[in-house]
Amino acid sequence: MQAHQRMLDPTPNGLHSGESPLLQTLGLTKRYGDFLANDSIDIDIWPKEIHALLGENGAGKSTLVKAIYGLIQPSAGEIRWQGQPIVLSGPSEARSRGIGMVFQHFSLFDNLTVAENVALGLDGKESFKDMSARLEQVSKTYGLPLDPRREVWQLSVGERQRIEIVRALMQDPKFLILDEPTAVLTPQEADQLFIVLERLKAEGRAILYISHKLEEVKRLCDTATILRGGKKVETCNPRLETAASLARMMVGGEIKEVKAPAGRQTTVPRLVVNDLSLAPSEAHGVRLEHISFELKGGEILGIAGVAGNGQDELFAALSGERLSKDPGTVVIEGIAAGHLSITQRRKLGAAFVPEERLGHGTAPRMKLSENALLTGHAASGMVRRGFIDTAATLKTVDRATETFDVRKAKRDPEAASLSGGNLQKFIVGREILRNPAVLVVSQPTWGVDAGAAAVIRQALLDLATAGAAVLVTSQDLDELAEIADRIAVMFHGRLSAPLATSEATREKLGLLMGGSSLEPKEAAHAVGA
Amino acid sequence: MQLVLEKRAERSGTIALVSPLIAIGLTIVTMTILFAILGKNPLLALHAYFIAPLTDGYSLQEIAVKATPLVMIAIGLSLCYLANAWNIGAEGQFLIGAVAGSWIAVKTQGTDAGAWVLPAMLVLAAAAGALYALIPAICKVKFGASEILTSLMLVYVADLFLDYLVRGPWRDPHGFNFPTTAEFDPVATVPLLIEGGRLHLGSIIALLVVAAAAILLGRTIKGFEIRVVGAAPRAARFGGFNANQLIILTFAVSGALAGLAGIIEVAGPVGHLQPGISPGYGFTAIIVAFLGRLNPLGILIAGLFLALTFIGGEQAQIAMKIPLDVTKVFQGILLFYVLACDSLILYRFKLVFPNRQVARGTH
Repeated sequence: MQAHQRMLDPTPNGLHSGESPLLQTLGLTKRYGDFLANDSIDIDIWPKEIHALLGENGAGKSTLVKAIYGLIQPSAGEIRWQGQPIVLSGPSEARSRGIGMVFQHFSLFDNLTVAENVALGLDGKESFKDMSARLEQVSKTYGLPLDPRREVWQLSVGERQRIEIVRALMQDPKFLILDEPTAVLTPQEADQLFIVLERLKAEGRAILYISHKLEEVKRLCDTATILRGGKKVETCNPRLETAASLARMMVGGEIKEVKAPAGRQTTVPRLVVNDLSLAPSEAHGVRLEHISFELKGGEILGIAGVAGNGQDELFAALSGERLSKDPGTVVIEGIAAGHLSITQRRKLGAAFVPEERLGHGTAPRMKLSENALLTGHAASGMVRRGFIDTAATLKTVDRATETFDVRKAKRDPEAASLSGGNLQKFIVGREILRNPAVLVVSQPTWGVDAGAAAVIRQALLDLATAGAAVLVTSQDLDELAEIADRIAVMFHGRLSAPLATSEATREKLGLLMGGSSLEPKEAAHAVGA
Repeated sequence: MQLVLEKRAERSGTIALVSPLIAIGLTIVTMTILFAILGKNPLLALHAYFIAPLTDGYSLQEIAVKATPLVMIAIGLSLCYLANAWNIGAEGQFLIGAVAGSWIAVKTQGTDAGAWVLPAMLVLAAAAGALYALIPAICKVKFGASEILTSLMLVYVADLFLDYLVRGPWRDPHGFNFPTTAEFDPVATVPLLIEGGRLHLGSIIALLVVAAAAILLGRTIKGFEIRVVGAAPRAARFGGFNANQLIILTFAVSGALAGLAGIIEVAGPVGHLQPGISPGYGFTAIIVAFLGRLNPLGILIAGLFLALTFIGGEQAQIAMKIPLDVTKVFQGILLFYVLACDSLILYRFKLVFPNRQVARGTH
């Protein structure tokens, strides 16, 4: 059956001539003020098709999907469902017609059970008991094991995603939208998900698969529609394309390759973490347990792991946003700093880039010069006797703009008015211009366009070459493979021993990300002791 | 067709400046209707409120006198509000400052105490106001108690404490049983700027406070800290700023300024301690702070404008028998419109014509 489909695949549109697509958009346009988020997009989705929607951040993927799911009304154009034009009043109407969606950010209540969460998301009038039974049956049928009685906070991210998928499947959708489903999964979990998706396809359902992982799309999808700047660039068969050709269509040009400068040498340890344990600061937070590592000058250490395994807590402990009772747990430049504030740690030569750009890394409604002051006030000569040197803060903005190609409308705009990539370049630039001895950076290129991502990765490599110690936390294994010398994995608040990047295969990292140990059973005793 | 609020990409600087003016305009329209309902000629009433006080020198001085406490308190409150600390109890801090400063005046009454009396009164009043404001601040930081409720409740404690003092231990023995202290000695009185006039040294102090606040917020790292803690708390923590310390600091400063305003009012225009020394300065200052966009210069202008409504209200009462409470209604409506218009800084109105040319469903 599948083989038959694939044979006919090369011309996606020719294949289905005579039938009508399951879902079709014609000239779909969404306008926000002067900004065209979607500009006259035509897309055809057929039954038994896994259709990839590719594009960079801001290309208009989310807008298109929201319109199809009834969350927003298009400004112009139409949506056809099984050949009939429809206007969706909201997601519940979309669901009742057979359109389901699994969001990237889950909408689950931590303190409720799996069954209670599913019940809240269903529109039907079924009894709770019947619903629970059906939940168990659906999860068994599709190989998505779930215990309906467990509370959500006890579950892993992969299990939480299963709840969302099962909830969508319980409505028996003809068409399922998945928004970056593998972003939060280990490679092994992703493989399992693909089996489920293939099966849904074989049952005659259609899937719209949003992703920016090109290898994954080539492997899984029959058709790919590529968006750029709100417009459709092309619909093609991804299996006949290369990852590079798909990337070119997404970006609209070549992407600069990141080059590791030759002759990088490691020097003395500049950041040392000794047996760091920290209780969570909030309910359902992650407890950090016995984390130890050593990072030398000239070296980049990558920390991989599924989100929510203690990466945020580790960042807070390293930056000094949370203090440790034992000064020796965090040593910066040879000085015990576990008890020191973030300002004091900056004075020791450390710099930090958090994951959230707006609201954490910057104050969104303040100017860039003020945001330069935010982290520069302690150790960059921007403050003299309590008075701000405005010229110095503006100079930092100008230097960051020049060195890291920050594009903005005026010299000193509000942080919130910059695009994600440009703001991230500014934030990374602001820290690097301080010539830090230690840089701790979290998700450096999350939600950033490919061009800006390349600039940022290059900047991290150059900083390490200049002798700094760089710690990069990322969920993107390709990114870590590209820039890190060693990679360690966080799982349930523990950090694995680092592997040299050359030895850190996807399989090994995937096992560690899922909580397995790499050591053979007999050796585990020796190491564990 | 429907009217929706749409978020702006960047905050509108023009609206931020114009919004108080729109609010004042809307307030005047509302008041016109209200005067008409009360059976008064709206034009004459508006003239009595806004024009008449500006036409004679005495009223102009009186406006400056009334604006003095409003501006001083509002400057302190603006620091709190910028830092996301909600001090609603400036009225109480004002009264406690008045009481603490008066203590020296009462104790030195009739003695030959020298020129140190007035400065000592000012310092003690500021210190007492600050300490009184620290009660809600510390409850907030240590126990998470809502500073809005605690600071407001302490207003009534201060009010009744003052009442007790002037009816009991501090009552003027020659005062025909009125609840008031004796008139303060000259050394315990704020000097007048013009002999025989109303304008006093307090207005100069208020101007210095405005200038100091403008420098603090615009030029210093502490001012930046106050603004960033309020605007983006998580980013402020990342910047190394401690929000709790700032709640303590801003409450203390605003309490000190309210206390200082309290003793200046008592040792200046009033001349003795009695109940009712404040026609609600501490609450009206909240309106002043927001009408002035939490900006020192704006607060100075807003303070003068609100003082005008006090004087105008008195004139309207005398000339047209419009109850003085209408002034409070006016101030309340004004705050309402200021806050409503502020949403236009980040949002804009838009008429939406939904796209309905496509047939609905299976139709």
